[in-house]
Amino acid sequence: MSAVTPDIIVDPNVAKATGLPVVRERAKITPRKRATKWAFSLLGLIVALIWAFPVYWMVLSAFTPNAQLRTTTPQFLPVHATWRNFEAIFQEGSFWPALRMSLAITGVTLVAVLLFAFLGALAISRFRFKGRKSFILAVLFIQMLPAEGLFIAQYRMLASTGMLNRVWGVSLFYTAAIIPFTIWMLRGFVAGVPAELEEAAMVDGLSRTRAFFKITLPLLMPGLIASGVFAFLQAWNEFTIALVALPANSANTLPLWLRTFMTASVARGVDWAQVMAASTLIAIPVIIFFLFVQGRMTSGLVSGAVKG
Amino acid sequence: MSTAAPPLTALEASRQPQPIRKRRRPIAPYLLIGAPIVVLLLGMGYPLFRQIVTSFQGFGLAQQFGADAEWVGLDNYVNVFTTPEALAVLWRSLAFMLVTSFLIVGIGLGIALLMRVVHGWVKVFLQVTLLLAWATPVIASVTVFRWLFDWNNGVVNWLLVRLGFDGMAGFAWFSTPFTFFVVAAVVIVWMGVPFVAMSLFAGLTQVPDEILEAARIDGASSTQILWRIIMPLVKPVLSIVLLLQFIWNLRVFAQIRLLQDGGAPVTDTNLLGNFIFQLGIGRQDFGGAAAVSLVVLLLTIVISAPYVRSIMKGDSK
Repeated sequence: MSAVTPDIIVDPNVAKATGLPVVRERAKITPRKRATKWAFSLLGLIVALIWAFPVYWMVLSAFTPNAQLRTTTPQFLPVHATWRNFEAIFQEGSFWPALRMSLAITGVTLVAVLLFAFLGALAISRFRFKGRKSFILAVLFIQMLPAEGLFIAQYRMLASTGMLNRVWGVSLFYTAAIIPFTIWMLRGFVAGVPAELEEAAMVDGLSRTRAFFKITLPLLMPGLIASGVFAFLQAWNEFTIALVALPANSANTLPLWLRTFMTASVARGVDWAQVMAASTLIAIPVIIFFLFVQGRMTSGLVSGAVKG
Repeated sequence: MSTAAPPLTALEASRQPQPIRKRRRPIAPYLLIGAPIVVLLLGMGYPLFRQIVTSFQGFGLAQQFGADAEWVGLDNYVNVFTTPEALAVLWRSLAFMLVTSFLIVGIGLGIALLMRVVHGWVKVFLQVTLLLAWATPVIASVTVFRWLFDWNNGVVNWLLVRLGFDGMAGFAWFSTPFTFFVVAAVVIVWMGVPFVAMSLFAGLTQVPDEILEAARIDGASSTQILWRIIMPLVKPVLSIVLLLQFIWNLRVFAQIRLLQDGGAPVTDTNLLGNFIFQLGIGRQDFGGAAAVSLVVLLLTIVISAPYVRSIMKGDSK
């Protein structure tokens, strides 16, 4: 590669004024500039390592025998890698019920969120009706409300109806907390499928229902999948509402279980190897799914400012 | 094939005096939003209503033994703003929110700007690590940091001793409020920066190259380009992510709660959410908890108003 790359740059303003393309030479890449670029890259590398380290440390500790973790000098590379910590967790009786609880709550929430959010999104993106603006306004504000602002009242609501430690109670609160953002997220997808397409299919002889299932739904699949993954992540990770709505250890979801597991071992010194193995188990599915929806979530949150 | 047919028929349909959609307008949307509204009313509306009622009631010893709650007017609200404990929690939460938010946005902006000037492979590596940190669930993140800051075998203490701070050997980070909040801030910054860095980087890539090129040709220095061109152009994204940070860093109940398990003095490290939890679940003072909750909700609405306004603007186009 040569240091000087001549290039044709059309300055839009000049080109507009003169009607001629203006030829310029790109700024020369001097050795000094190259050095600064490397310095910045080095800095970037250090930042990346700092950000990656906790995750690396979690996974590494998960595969290290606890005795090894208790030595005075930390071992930064896997030398005594073992599955023992994971085996210990699987054999420990409380992991499986917690997994079952998490799956049940997440499953119910996922289905409910997709259904209700889809209906809401359909309404606000396909129809202009009285109260539409207020509904959107309410949705946007509700998605901002912190769980801490309502959880005592929600706890009392469950306690007075005997719904504490039940799947349905928590799922209701999860669904209510998650649908606002998913309505907002799906709205864009629904708006992206022109209603004319469906109407055209109906003119061609399909019934409204069949037109919907044959034409609209397949086109909405990417949006529904993205929203579904988002709902899964929210319900799977949730800690605050679960803490008050599921007070019994037997009703622990995975995040609650990890906490119980850790506090139970505090007295005899935390078994960090097993705790890290448990954290890794909870985090892995989340990290995988998260990579799918990250783009959508970002654009949903800052859509007012970043125009794609 | 019939590929050309749909647009044509659609056009014809729209020319008809009474299209199908128009006739359906009055009821269909209300039927559609009816279902989500019922869920929202049940899951949030009703608890909110109960909470407002409760915030005007007093819960003392008698109520714990089954007596009906008594009406106390605004007493609970007065307590929020007059009792030293509640006031301390309020100020502590606001200070923590401001410090972590500005740290996150500052560091996030730094990383976003850095991503523009590094080699391509470094940029990709940075993005992958940021995504990893962002994806890690709260419970796992906090747990890892408790391990990193463990007094006995934690990497942080080991590293500090190696760097010459001998006093840090066996240092218990969670035992004093100040060092507790240092760790809490580190966790929250680590978790919060990726979103800000990625959003701002996305915003930065929207700055047209021609503008930067033109400025460079006109003789502008890198610093001038940064402050006079790039910063004004990313200002909208910057203000949005800052607002979101304010909102999110006001609700850090889970992080604080999980760190408190590490042996922290609970009363001195409570933030608003944790204080509500302690009042409501711990002391069964539902009236006090309701009043603090409503203050938190009100605070959130006030902070989110500009955000919601800008999002609404994006919707109407």
